[in-house]
Amino acid sequence: MLTDDTGRTLFEKSRPGQRGTGPMEWDVPRPGLDALIPASIRRRTAPRLPELSEGEVVRHFVNLSAKNHHIDKGFYPLGSCTMKYNPKVHENLARLSGFSTLHPLQPSETIQGALELIWRLERDLAQISGMDAVTLQPAAGAHGELTAMLVVRAYHQSRGERRGKILIPDSAHGTNPASAAIAGFECVTVKSAADGRVDVDDLKSKLTSDVAAFMITNPNTVGLFETRVEEICAACHAVGAQVYMDGANLNALVGIARPGDLGFDVMHFNLHKTFATPHGGGGPGCGPVGVKSHLAPFLPSPRVEKRGDAFSQERPSTSIGPVHGAFGNFLVMVRAYAYILAMGSEGMSEVGRTAVLNANYLYAKIRHALSCKYDGPYMHEFVLDGSALKKNGLHTSDFAKRLMDFGVYAPTIYFPLIVPEAMMIEPTETESRETLDRFAEIFLEVWREAQETPEVLHSAPHNLPLKRVDDVRAAKELVLTHPF
Amino acid sequence: MLSVSGASHTDDFLKAIPSHLRLNKPLALASGLSEMALSREVRRMAGKNRGLTDLTTFLGMGWTKHFIPAAVDSIVSRSEFTTAYTPYQAEASQGSLQQIFEYQTMVTELTGMEISNASLYDGATSLVEGLVMASASTKGRKGFAIARSVNPRWREVANTYAPSSNWSFHDIAWDPSTGMLDRSGAQAALAGGQIAALVVQSPNAFGQVEDLAGLSELAKASGALLVVAADPLSLSVIEPPSTFGADIVVGEMLGMGIPTSLGGPGLGLLATRKSLLRQMPGRVVGRTVDADGKRAYCLTAQTREQHIRREKATSNICSNQGLMVVSASVYLALQGPAGLAEVAEQCASRLAYAREELGKAKIRPLFSGTAIQEQAFALASGSRARVEAACKTAGLLPGVWLADYISGIPADTILVCVNETHTRADLDLLVATLSTAGGI
Repeated sequence: MLTDDTGRTLFEKSRPGQRGTGPMEWDVPRPGLDALIPASIRRRTAPRLPELSEGEVVRHFVNLSAKNHHIDKGFYPLGSCTMKYNPKVHENLARLSGFSTLHPLQPSETIQGALELIWRLERDLAQISGMDAVTLQPAAGAHGELTAMLVVRAYHQSRGERRGKILIPDSAHGTNPASAAIAGFECVTVKSAADGRVDVDDLKSKLTSDVAAFMITNPNTVGLFETRVEEICAACHAVGAQVYMDGANLNALVGIARPGDLGFDVMHFNLHKTFATPHGGGGPGCGPVGVKSHLAPFLPSPRVEKRGDAFSQERPSTSIGPVHGAFGNFLVMVRAYAYILAMGSEGMSEVGRTAVLNANYLYAKIRHALSCKYDGPYMHEFVLDGSALKKNGLHTSDFAKRLMDFGVYAPTIYFPLIVPEAMMIEPTETESRETLDRFAEIFLEVWREAQETPEVLHSAPHNLPLKRVDDVRAAKELVLTHPF
Repeated sequence: MLSVSGASHTDDFLKAIPSHLRLNKPLALASGLSEMALSREVRRMAGKNRGLTDLTTFLGMGWTKHFIPAAVDSIVSRSEFTTAYTPYQAEASQGSLQQIFEYQTMVTELTGMEISNASLYDGATSLVEGLVMASASTKGRKGFAIARSVNPRWREVANTYAPSSNWSFHDIAWDPSTGMLDRSGAQAALAGGQIAALVVQSPNAFGQVEDLAGLSELAKASGALLVVAADPLSLSVIEPPSTFGADIVVGEMLGMGIPTSLGGPGLGLLATRKSLLRQMPGRVVGRTVDADGKRAYCLTAQTREQHIRREKATSNICSNQGLMVVSASVYLALQGPAGLAEVAEQCASRLAYAREELGKAKIRPLFSGTAIQEQAFALASGSRARVEAACKTAGLLPGVWLADYISGIPADTILVCVNETHTRADLDLLVATLSTAGGI
């Protein structure tokens, strides 16, 4: 084969003297680097960047790209990640020079359109979530969590209170305790009850006057709505604690219920999940934070305000300050705003219902193979208990690797920690019934193989660019750069 | 679908939501738009902005514009890269994984450091993560001896994080004659005790390349690390921080194939020593093999990370800036060492031309050291308003007024950022406008 599937890097393909860009024109004097930079600080050894022609660079990356599974190619049921379709027009709009060439330190009067878009998107997110104010500055979900915790801290401090604890359910994403810890809080774990929801008694026993906030994902990470949400919020508020909703699973609620109406004080959104912006193989995301009015004074600065027809940047003294060097991941905001414009009231109102229907339909098709530890109905996703695989000497990871042989991505596995051999499946609302049916067929076929030919799963994948990757060796050898 | 699911209405799935908590009405948003109409509306907003294509701009301070070859956007637009998730399943994600591995290598080559992570959000947050890491690497020390000439916007973000982490900043002034770090001030700040790191930026907020020699020894004498905020373009032509014993290098990769985009998405750089890997934030990709012994790449060293370590993780970072890594990798691969150095030379030469011409109106750099793409100039005292008015007429954004961000700087100091896309005509417009309105 002429195409390269050996994993050879740019550095191995490099040939001295090649360049992917031509020399530029000189219309000013060229004194030379020796004259411009004193020898004492001039770089002595050039960085070993690759030396390749444009064609070679393009071919290298195009060949790399072909080794990725991606949502445009096939189903991506990665639970908690909301891998919905990303409309193409968003990409064109984010590339408009009226957005992409802006500099963050331009005077406000030269970026009125950008400020208007930020202002409008903040208000649309507030409407969708039932919150009073929103900041778009955090660059990812975890950044939003951290920002929210800093806001909560500032709120308590403004009331002369120092509260050092954050309560977090044992089913939470790892980012919750990590964000709370970076914001200087001590984390206390709240147990899950037998039904997979928060153990409200355990929560109440830990709600003391030094609790700053309770962080809760709703629907939670096993796909269940926290039915006792009002009681939870009331109990927290009774001791002066704030209630934070991790919005990783917001897609399930869109158009059905609004976190602000449920009693939450603060939440984050993931525009790269719920609002259809592409995930980019690991970002850029955007993790806006929504708050009730009592927390609004503390949101990061600058705040975009509207005065008459003009948009301005304000820096209230009560703000926690900026959490990003500029405005956040602005081009992600452009895409999310386009998504809301296209969907409109009627479209957005159906998002949650369709996502929930798809999840429950898919579960009904496969539940006789593997089932959930906790009873449904589920919201936008469900978490299978893979323990039954063990009797054939298999693990959830084997099942996941085999699924990928059929052209779909694997579900999220081994999360949440409260489900053994967990397999978390989220189909999203943008998948057709045909896709769900086909995935169910594949799933059941792999299940049959698990009984009849478990070795096929054990050695999977078989049809991908690589066989099973040795991650233990990677962690042991730690080759983190190309060894020249 | 409903009957298969054992339901007669979608509401049957929603039993767990108390009915009085449901919205039970459509969201109060406008009606949905066709692709044509929504494009019109979003284009209207884009049209209200006056971007770098309408104005001649010399704004920098951490966000620098550079020409982006067409191949960058061609690659970064591919849905194989845009619509993939974080590469959890290595066998179906080799494209993303290998390109991150290559990015890590290019960052270590530029900075001279041993390892790099897979990206952070932006320059400001990379500084913050560098401080978190320095604190963790010095048994929890909370003090930072930090130059006042570190990017003020980045310092502002660090200030946001400071109270909750009990950080204290011991500011180090610049030497008024050179604009570089004041050594005796650095020594005094480090002597405060419990200092986790000495933090400097090179080129600094005035565009001056710092003399980093001896700073590592100074920091070490107090048991502190040396954190250097670096500029990737400058590193193609100036000696990298590793030469001077830096322990952690942070920075902003925006500009390296990434458009300015109102400052985001950018790409935060973080590189360090291998011995500090366990304290490093963010994802990292390692090389390994598959079951057939074929070369493979996967996420590794994950025991540092939040999904395993929870509240004991080195950082809370999860999603980072994966797609911007593609942009930077393609850009750096296209340029190679010679191309990147030529961009730096273009910038430095154009800046030298502007400096020379401005000198004819007695407008001189605030400090006389080496500058690559950015330099602070002292305009005539009291001329700012006049200059601003003249620039507005000329369709010019001449730079950043440093006094707005750093105290103790004369009000008429402007930080001018010059790049290879500025033609001689652009530079002449800048020079003529500043000379007329701000000449001395």
